[in-house]
Amino acid sequence: MSGLTLQNVTKEFGTFTAVKNVDLTVPHGTFVCLLGPSGCGKTTLMRMIAGLDLPTDGAIRLDGADITRVPTHKRDLGMVFQSLALFPHLTVGENIAYSLRIRGVGKEDQKKRVDELLSMIHLSGYADRPVAKLSGGQRQRVAIARALAISPKLFLLDEPLSALDAKLREAMQVELRQLQQRLGITTIVVTHDQREAMTMADTVVVMNSGEIRQAAAPVEIYRRPADTFVADFIGMTNLIDFSADSAGRATVLGTVVENLAVPAGLSRGVLSVRPEDVHLTAPGHGAIDAKVTFVRDLGGTIETFVEGGGKQIVAVSMPNARPDVSVGQDVGIKLSSDACVVLKS
Amino acid sequence: MRREAPQRLADYGPLLFPAGMLIVFFVIPFATMIAVSFFQRDPAGFYSTAFVFDNYARFLSLFFGKVLGFSLFLAVTVAICCVVIAVPFTYLLSRARRRTQVLWLVALLSVLSLSEVIIGFAWSTLFSRTAGITNLLVAIGLMSEPVALNPSFGAVLTAMVYQALPYTVLVLYPALVRLDPTLTEAARTLGASPVKSFFTVVVPALRNTIVATLIMVFIFALGSYLLPQILGRPQHWTLSVLITDQAIYQSNMPFAAAMAVFLVLVTLGLVGLTLIATRKGEAA
Amino acid sequence: MTTFLQRLYLGLVGLFLSLPLIVVAGVSVNEKQTLAFPPQGFSLSWYGEIFANPEWRNALLASITLAAVSAALALAIALPLAWFLWRRHAPWANIFQLLGIAPFTLPPVITALGLLTFWATTGFYGQPWTAAISHAIFFVTLPLVTLSLGFSSIDRSLVEAAATMGADDRTIFRTVVLPLILPYLVSGYAFAFVLSLNEYIVAYMTVGFTMETLPIKIFNALRYGYTPTMASVTILFVAIAALIFGLVARFGDLPKLLGAMANTDKQ
Repeated sequence: MSGLTLQNVTKEFGTFTAVKNVDLTVPHGTFVCLLGPSGCGKTTLMRMIAGLDLPTDGAIRLDGADITRVPTHKRDLGMVFQSLALFPHLTVGENIAYSLRIRGVGKEDQKKRVDELLSMIHLSGYADRPVAKLSGGQRQRVAIARALAISPKLFLLDEPLSALDAKLREAMQVELRQLQQRLGITTIVVTHDQREAMTMADTVVVMNSGEIRQAAAPVEIYRRPADTFVADFIGMTNLIDFSADSAGRATVLGTVVENLAVPAGLSRGVLSVRPEDVHLTAPGHGAIDAKVTFVRDLGGTIETFVEGGGKQIVAVSMPNARPDVSVGQDVGIKLSSDACVVLKS
Repeated sequence: MRREAPQRLADYGPLLFPAGMLIVFFVIPFATMIAVSFFQRDPAGFYSTAFVFDNYARFLSLFFGKVLGFSLFLAVTVAICCVVIAVPFTYLLSRARRRTQVLWLVALLSVLSLSEVIIGFAWSTLFSRTAGITNLLVAIGLMSEPVALNPSFGAVLTAMVYQALPYTVLVLYPALVRLDPTLTEAARTLGASPVKSFFTVVVPALRNTIVATLIMVFIFALGSYLLPQILGRPQHWTLSVLITDQAIYQSNMPFAAAMAVFLVLVTLGLVGLTLIATRKGEAA
Repeated sequence: MTTFLQRLYLGLVGLFLSLPLIVVAGVSVNEKQTLAFPPQGFSLSWYGEIFANPEWRNALLASITLAAVSAALALAIALPLAWFLWRRHAPWANIFQLLGIAPFTLPPVITALGLLTFWATTGFYGQPWTAAISHAIFFVTLPLVTLSLGFSSIDRSLVEAAATMGADDRTIFRTVVLPLILPYLVSGYAFAFVLSLNEYIVAYMTVGFTMETLPIKIFNALRYGYTPTMASVTILFVAIAALIFGLVARFGDLPKLLGAMANTDKQ
């Protein structure tokens, strides 16, 4: 099949296992983000896809061919490094032309392709500048253009936007996604920024301790996290312990949640409830009793911190639905059953 | 790029030439020298093969004891003088503007690279009766007539300090450049004068560096060979001079080798001390 | 006040370092063959003498040839070694790094005597080329240190980037590593060249009786008394050293080469 397939890929450094039995399929033309905290193995996984590290075990296939042991320079990749790794001794144009030059492409064709790529990244006329004279955002674009010069089979980016300031980073995320969709190139990005992953990816792969915890579309990752780690790592959430009786009725903080069906045989676990799904009401009437401890008004959203049954819970609301509460006030919490995700503890 | 262990035999290829050269032309000569130090002198040629301790036994005489003692004393004195002059100098240099630093470094390297012969000649001129510094003193009326200042111990010492000073500065330079400038600034805000902050903050912070530098300059000075000959009297000759003298003029290679081996042992012992001193510095 | 004292101190050290050279420069322009300062009359004829007198000219030529060849050989030893140590993970190979630094760290008379016994034992004693090898070994430390520094300043992701773009090891070395290491290569050569030019004892003990380098020539001449050519040669050598190190400073980063990494961390 076309695309990238990882089968049981494992990497050990001495006694430390950086990547553990990873299986992953990336269909041709999709955009995948490897997301996780630092040290989760996402960079090592990408380095193995690039051939910069060899897996201890498992197989990597690209368009059906086994490339597990193929040296990096024969994989026809394009890769953008965290440090960008632009060659300081070459100009912008020479950097972009590097992969063409070492493949023996003629001078004329090199120049044509460089001009093409420069116009794609809105830097026409920059070919003769030294890379040191570019701004952070411009260097970023040059690194991307350089990686795309040979129309690679696989486009890899390792924390590509981490050096940029917040505003530029958001703009580049959109630009990168649009570029990828236009070129239809199979793309894998390593990031620790979940917002970045949600913005760009067709599939988000959440990793922790060398293992894949969930691989799914961004909205599904957010709405249906597979476990407490994913729920907690992606966005804000409230993780609340529950217990269930034999009929599958769940009790949370001493109150029964209506209409929530707990799978048979699960007597206790954790509910993940996104802050926007926590509704504040008047106390009583079957609501969970709580007290407001802090209100954070961020302008665009309002976060209300309440304490109920010894547990801190956050509710988020929009300004047009501003809750009329103040610190110290007794309130009630309502959890809607369809917004609760039942997880094993 | 991860540094990988060499996978195939071909990966060792680059090592072949350097390793071969260093083994053939450094390790083997060194081993030869050690071997020769146990050989017997052969007046007809260089030496004849044997295994005797005579050469080392001969070394344990009063004469060579005195030479060794003087060599060590001279090297220690040079090392102390150099470090005392160089520490404040290098400190000031490391705080100067980059352009000034570069100019000084070029000058220091130029002096450092000067041949011992040239340094010896220059100072013998400066200490001479006809072209020397005493003419200046006569001109301003401090002396009645110019005199020659060499050969003398003072002349040897001055020229050796001259030779070793650029080396001392360049050994101290990296440590002093990396010294956190906020350390002295902090001392200043706490009320220490610049001079006081130098002695209470910079010098203690560099204690290990200074000890290591002392030892390195000591080894450097131990190697001085021509200056004692050009500017000193025979009683100012060092072990290096004697080694050359025995090897070239007395054609007694085994004895020269024995003295050289001894000198290596002294040097290695001191390098070991340097390593320990700097290691401790890193731990602190 | 304190800046005045600081300047005074720097000035005094500067005076100490330059005084002998000032006097020698003065002596070198004496009109007659006298050792007098301040100079009597003015003449540059003693500079002409270096090139006109065949003995001095040959010594100068011998020194420059020896320095050029031995520095090149030192580089040929240091480059693959430094590259290997940077590229590969082989802790035991550090022994060669140590061997490369030892000759320069030990008192020079030891290296000189070791090489003397070696050349005498192998029967090549006195051959001019033995001096080139001897100097290359003696000064291999300098390019080894500058190159190690140069390699350690190359961002390893540059090499990885080149590999992902299709370059094999050889191509990477040619198109990425070599251009980046070039300033260090040049300064390593310059250091070895200048020091070889000025070296006395190793040259003397290996080829002293068959070949006269300039330092040997000066020392031999010194024994028979004074000639102003010594002074003019001295000034010529100082000028060469200052010129070469000046060029290194102009085209390279001298403070960094001498260990001041702090200045470059900011990049």
